[in-house]
Amino acid sequence: MKTILYIIQKEFKQIFRNKGMLPIIFVLPILQLVILSNAATFEVKNIKFGYIDNDHSSTSRALVEKFNASTYFNVLTVFPSEAIASAAMLKGEVDVLLEIPNYFERDLQNEKRNNLGITINAIDGAAAGIENVYVTQIVQGFNQNIKMDVLQVSDKQIQPIVIETIPLFWYNKTLNYKTFMVPGILVLLVTMITLFLSGMNIVREKEIGTLEQINVTPIKKSQFIIGKLFPFWVIGMGLLTVGLILARLIFNVPMLGSLALMYLYTSIYILVILGIGLFISNFTDTQQQAMFIAWFFTVIFILMSGLFTPIESMPKWAQTLTKFNPIRYFVEVMRMVMLKGSGFTDILPQLFKTALYAFIMNGLAVWSYKKTN
Amino acid sequence: MKNNNVIEAQELTKMFGDFAAVNAISFNVKKGEIFGFLGANGAGKTTAMKMLIGISIPTSGKAKVAGFDVFTQAEDIKKNIGYMSQRFALYDDLTVKENITFFGGIYGLSRKQIKEKATVLIEELGLEKVANTLVGALPLGWKQKLSFSVSLLHDPKIVFLDEPTGGVDPITRRQFWEMIYKAANQGTTVFVTTHYMDEAEYCDRVSIMVNGKIEALGTPKKLKEQFKADNMNDVFLKLARG
Repeated sequence: MKTILYIIQKEFKQIFRNKGMLPIIFVLPILQLVILSNAATFEVKNIKFGYIDNDHSSTSRALVEKFNASTYFNVLTVFPSEAIASAAMLKGEVDVLLEIPNYFERDLQNEKRNNLGITINAIDGAAAGIENVYVTQIVQGFNQNIKMDVLQVSDKQIQPIVIETIPLFWYNKTLNYKTFMVPGILVLLVTMITLFLSGMNIVREKEIGTLEQINVTPIKKSQFIIGKLFPFWVIGMGLLTVGLILARLIFNVPMLGSLALMYLYTSIYILVILGIGLFISNFTDTQQQAMFIAWFFTVIFILMSGLFTPIESMPKWAQTLTKFNPIRYFVEVMRMVMLKGSGFTDILPQLFKTALYAFIMNGLAVWSYKKTN
Repeated sequence: MKNNNVIEAQELTKMFGDFAAVNAISFNVKKGEIFGFLGANGAGKTTAMKMLIGISIPTSGKAKVAGFDVFTQAEDIKKNIGYMSQRFALYDDLTVKENITFFGGIYGLSRKQIKEKATVLIEELGLEKVANTLVGALPLGWKQKLSFSVSLLHDPKIVFLDEPTGGVDPITRRQFWEMIYKAANQGTTVFVTTHYMDEAEYCDRVSIMVNGKIEALGTPKKLKEQFKADNMNDVFLKLARG
């Protein structure tokens, strides 16, 4: 026990003496949280909208006005012909193109129906889908008004039956994407910092030759590893604390569940990451190698964590893979506890899997650390 | 131990693939002896030493260090030896005092012992003024002397020194050898590798390794007679050239 304290003391001294490392540990994560949370948005806004009005009637102007009133469509360009409009779309000057046909108003009055041409730039398929929904909603709303007008003209007795759906959004009532993203990005920070620090640490001692000196001492493997990893565990918990405070103060993200539960889960989760970091540093000879491998895993873990893209929409095999992704569980737990107020029993499956993962990774790490070759 | 040997090696071998880095070497080292372990670069000195200090498992052969087997009791060996590697292996980003505290601590010395040892050590080395300076800022010679003293902190039976005087000036080298003699007088066995043949003359006995084998072993005087040479330098050249 005393031996471990000596190692911990030494590690903390070295960490706080390393002028290059301190900002990486404490300043970068804060910047990341603030920048990423504000920038990484799924909302499709500022859609560049253009139209070709072949009708020039009051009805066609009313339709365009509907788009103009929407907050999602902000640049309205009128094109004289389809050819010019297509060229503009090719150049990326316009995202959504509405073409109002000749005699739009007259045909609507006479035949009670008409067609509109909508062209959407679908290079980003997901954004195009959302734009389509916006357009449909606006046209439908316009349709409703027209129906009223048309019916009033032709038959005053019949009232239109309107079926309206009113969606209820639970857990994130205002659909604020920051509320959704901040807990996830917090997961990223805690994971990346602890993984890189622990992954590079032992390899660094290998590089400068001090590890050999340690291996010649009678120190026990477990003592050395606990002493090495404990400071990074503390730093990870510190990062979580800073992140939670920022989430509250800057982004006003609610904390519906128990804070103690959040800490309990994170304390186990960090063990998983430290185990992975140590495992990496046992199999590498230079900090460069360790860095590349750590990056490789972080990128895969992050993209397959459900942080940016829902796991449900991944192919089956990929969904199976995510079961081995510790970040996935942390993202789930973070969002469950913070936004839904889930309790201990709700996160029990994740807690169990993470604890098992921690046990296996640290077992492997201690096993693969060899004092004798 | 009935006999006086603190290191006993028999047919000790280390293979890297087909290459025998250390090829069946046998030798004994007596208690309190200064044993010079010589050889050209790449002759296998460091590999042999790594097997004896328990960080490299021999491919075959037998060896006992401080009475413990290198195959099965490596961790017991480590309690009884000190080691100073070719590369400077104290922490550059810790101060002189902090390094002493750390290594004392992991060898299981008490706080009180560490404090006492640190005071004596710093005084002997004349490092009072730089006790709280980062080790990285010290000149190489000072670092090497500190490194040697730290390897003796836990009063080991044997201390292994791998080219301890590489790159230091003649005055510091002389001081270093005075420290080695002092340790040997206090009963510590010194196992040292070097490339300086004048240093080989200071040893009680020397062995000379060529291509993984020990080609000569004995007191410097005997070896000079055996190879009809005036000094150890000529002995070494005759052997190493084959």
